[in-house]
Amino acid sequence: MTVDTILKNSAILPGNLPTHYLRVNREQWLQTAADMRKENATLLSLWGADDRDRDGGFRIFAAYLLPRVVLVVEYFLTDTVAPSYSSIASFFPVAARMQRAVHDLLGISTEAPDTRGWLRHGGWPETTFPLRKDFDGDQQYPVAAAPYSFVSVEGDGVHEIAVGPVHAGTIEPGHFRFSVVGEKVLRLEERLGYTHKGVAKLFEKTLQRDGHRLAARLSGDSAVAFSWAYCVSLESITGTVCPNRALWLRALALEQERIANHLGDLGALGNDAGFAFSLTQFSKLKEDLLRVNATAFGARYLMDYVVPGGVALDLTTEARGALLTFYDALEPSVIRMHSIFEEHAGVQDRFREAGRLEKETAEQLGAIGLVARASGIACDLRAHPCSKPYDALTPKISIQTEGDVAARAQIRFEEVLESLRLCRKILADIAAGAVHATVPVAKENQIGIGLIEGWRGPVMIALETGPDESIRRCHAHDPSWQNWPLLEYAILGNIVPDFPLINKSFNLSYSGQDG
Amino acid sequence: MKTLTFVRQFGEVLLAIAIAPLFAGWIAQCRAWLQNRSAPPLVQPYRMLRKLFQKDVALAADASRLFRATPYVLFGTMVLAAAIIPSIATDLPFAQAADAIALIGLFATARVFLSLAAMDIGTAFGSMGARRDMMIGFLAEPALLMVLFNAFLFSGSTALPGVVEASATHGSFIDPSLIFAAIAFLMVLLAENARIPIDNPATHLELTMIHEAMVLEYSARHLALVEWSSDLKLLNYACIGFALFLPWGIATHGADGTAALALAAVALLAKLVVAGGIFALIESLSAKLRIFRAPEYLATAFLLAVLGLLVHLLLGA
Repeated sequence: MTVDTILKNSAILPGNLPTHYLRVNREQWLQTAADMRKENATLLSLWGADDRDRDGGFRIFAAYLLPRVVLVVEYFLTDTVAPSYSSIASFFPVAARMQRAVHDLLGISTEAPDTRGWLRHGGWPETTFPLRKDFDGDQQYPVAAAPYSFVSVEGDGVHEIAVGPVHAGTIEPGHFRFSVVGEKVLRLEERLGYTHKGVAKLFEKTLQRDGHRLAARLSGDSAVAFSWAYCVSLESITGTVCPNRALWLRALALEQERIANHLGDLGALGNDAGFAFSLTQFSKLKEDLLRVNATAFGARYLMDYVVPGGVALDLTTEARGALLTFYDALEPSVIRMHSIFEEHAGVQDRFREAGRLEKETAEQLGAIGLVARASGIACDLRAHPCSKPYDALTPKISIQTEGDVAARAQIRFEEVLESLRLCRKILADIAAGAVHATVPVAKENQIGIGLIEGWRGPVMIALETGPDESIRRCHAHDPSWQNWPLLEYAILGNIVPDFPLINKSFNLSYSGQDG
Repeated sequence: MKTLTFVRQFGEVLLAIAIAPLFAGWIAQCRAWLQNRSAPPLVQPYRMLRKLFQKDVALAADASRLFRATPYVLFGTMVLAAAIIPSIATDLPFAQAADAIALIGLFATARVFLSLAAMDIGTAFGSMGARRDMMIGFLAEPALLMVLFNAFLFSGSTALPGVVEASATHGSFIDPSLIFAAIAFLMVLLAENARIPIDNPATHLELTMIHEAMVLEYSARHLALVEWSSDLKLLNYACIGFALFLPWGIATHGADGTAALALAAVALLAKLVVAGGIFALIESLSAKLRIFRAPEYLATAFLLAVLGLLVHLLLGA
């Protein structure tokens, strides 16, 4: 089927982007995936839901991003004893880990050969599935860790280096298994899931009006993106019209978040190349930004600034002045640091050619966000398919073709400067008016999709409402799901001591993907 | 007189042991200033040592006697090296027993023990650090030898006190060959002491570590001794550099009364202050090299030292 036929047969879902909704059977599930692959769609997320109490079966969802629309495909599984569906990993390799996660949480399986647990690390029994409705979230189980078999590489002089989950620095936990010969990396296999907190289960106990707070805390560096995605999904379900001023302020907050994270990453990138000067300079700039955040938005990391119906605080004239003064100080500093990076032979030698992700690999594996843009793929939800208020701001997308650490650093520099331009434009053109609208209680059993381009890439919330302002199911998806597997490819052929630098240039979220 | 010589000898060793952490603290302070950070206090390394000595040792289950003995071996070799190097006076009984080539042997002994101890535990990081350190070592040692040969050619002696005495008596030693040798020596010093651009002493990234990877499993008093030996090693290298290239102020044989010794001590401190600043500047300005650039870097050092030798031979001493 062509996209047009598919879209013609589909219903419309509430969402901030044009969202279509297609119910399929077992064969169509696989066929749609094949069609989407042919259309070069991107798999945004794959998740499941236990609807046995309501409809007598499970549901599995896949969200695809097409050039102009989002397509959500739903397959209803009537088999409640051994529910299974067809793996779409052959069309979208990124689905493999999501399917393993769905199995860990809901017990819905595929025929895919990899049956190792992804999120389940022995924290609950193999026959228990925490996201099923009959599971009690307060139930405690003794940890029964089982061995996890990594794919082994054999050959003369090949050996393994096991790193993590506890690292020498204060960073999030994840395990990396390198197969190396000498210093050269032959294969890297990641094992994540150490920070699985059961956020999806916790959403079921959360009221709709409080959900944005939980969403913001899934991955603290993307608080604005997640809470905005949540709020916009709830607003689309209830038909709330967010005041224009509030939308613009949300965009301002999102760009502040983008600048903060990029500044932090750029400093850390230099530091990982042994250029400690960059860390102190960028840390200072980031700290200045966080302090301005505290005055202008009431929170350093912008927690709970975006609320359903609008934003928590209006921007005062003093705050506007503080932001403008800060931008005037920040811009020359960033430009100066950019030229220092560019002219520093040592830094450039480490950055160039390191961790190259070819465009073909990135396309085949479904890269998204910043990582995809560094490998020459033009994708940015702020520009297309564009949603409010970015239609009035016309952001310029940064694209690099090299796909190496230098490209990912360059994207960050360009995006910081572009975000500064957007922030100034917002402050110049923002309309006066209310910053909050009342959100009515949503009808039950409604699904809404919120998609926001966070600093890593598109952040997605799929919200399904329950009775009495409850949340029936809320699936939060971090773009790190897509880009973690790409890191395994970017490191191939590089040397072990370059891994931290390459990893930092991706800077993916552990907490966000573990859920 | 004999007793006085030994008092001088032990005084010099004790001074080296005492100020080694201070030198490391001074470099850290300069580096912090150059990078726009507020600096840790100068005595921070001493506080760290005190803290570590007060802690209980956590030992890996597979650690053998070698692992436990290595910190003492390291510290012992570095103290011995400090006894050989004429940092304040040249009339040192120990220095007569061992020349500069034996000194390189001492450093090599320390390296072998540390590498063995790192592999003893059987962790991936220990072996990784050990093999990287061995790679750096076998490239750095020839370069260092070449630097020393430069000095030996000048003085006609393979003992460091002899080199200092010679330059004190001959006077004019601003010589092109020594400039080549000095640059080569500085490069070797940075590589051998696990500093940028070869290694990063401040890193927390276990996969990039060289020296730090080898000592990851050490704790408490063992770690204190390892850290202290590292500080001593750096000080020793700096003092070798002073003896070879900047011997001003060192009390020579026969002119080493109390006043001369005091002057020598002041000169040493002044040189350390300047050297620390230079190290911090180099570290702040450069990034860490990709590890496979290290051979090029050390080959350059070797080449410079050889060039120094050639210049000396061709210009005709």
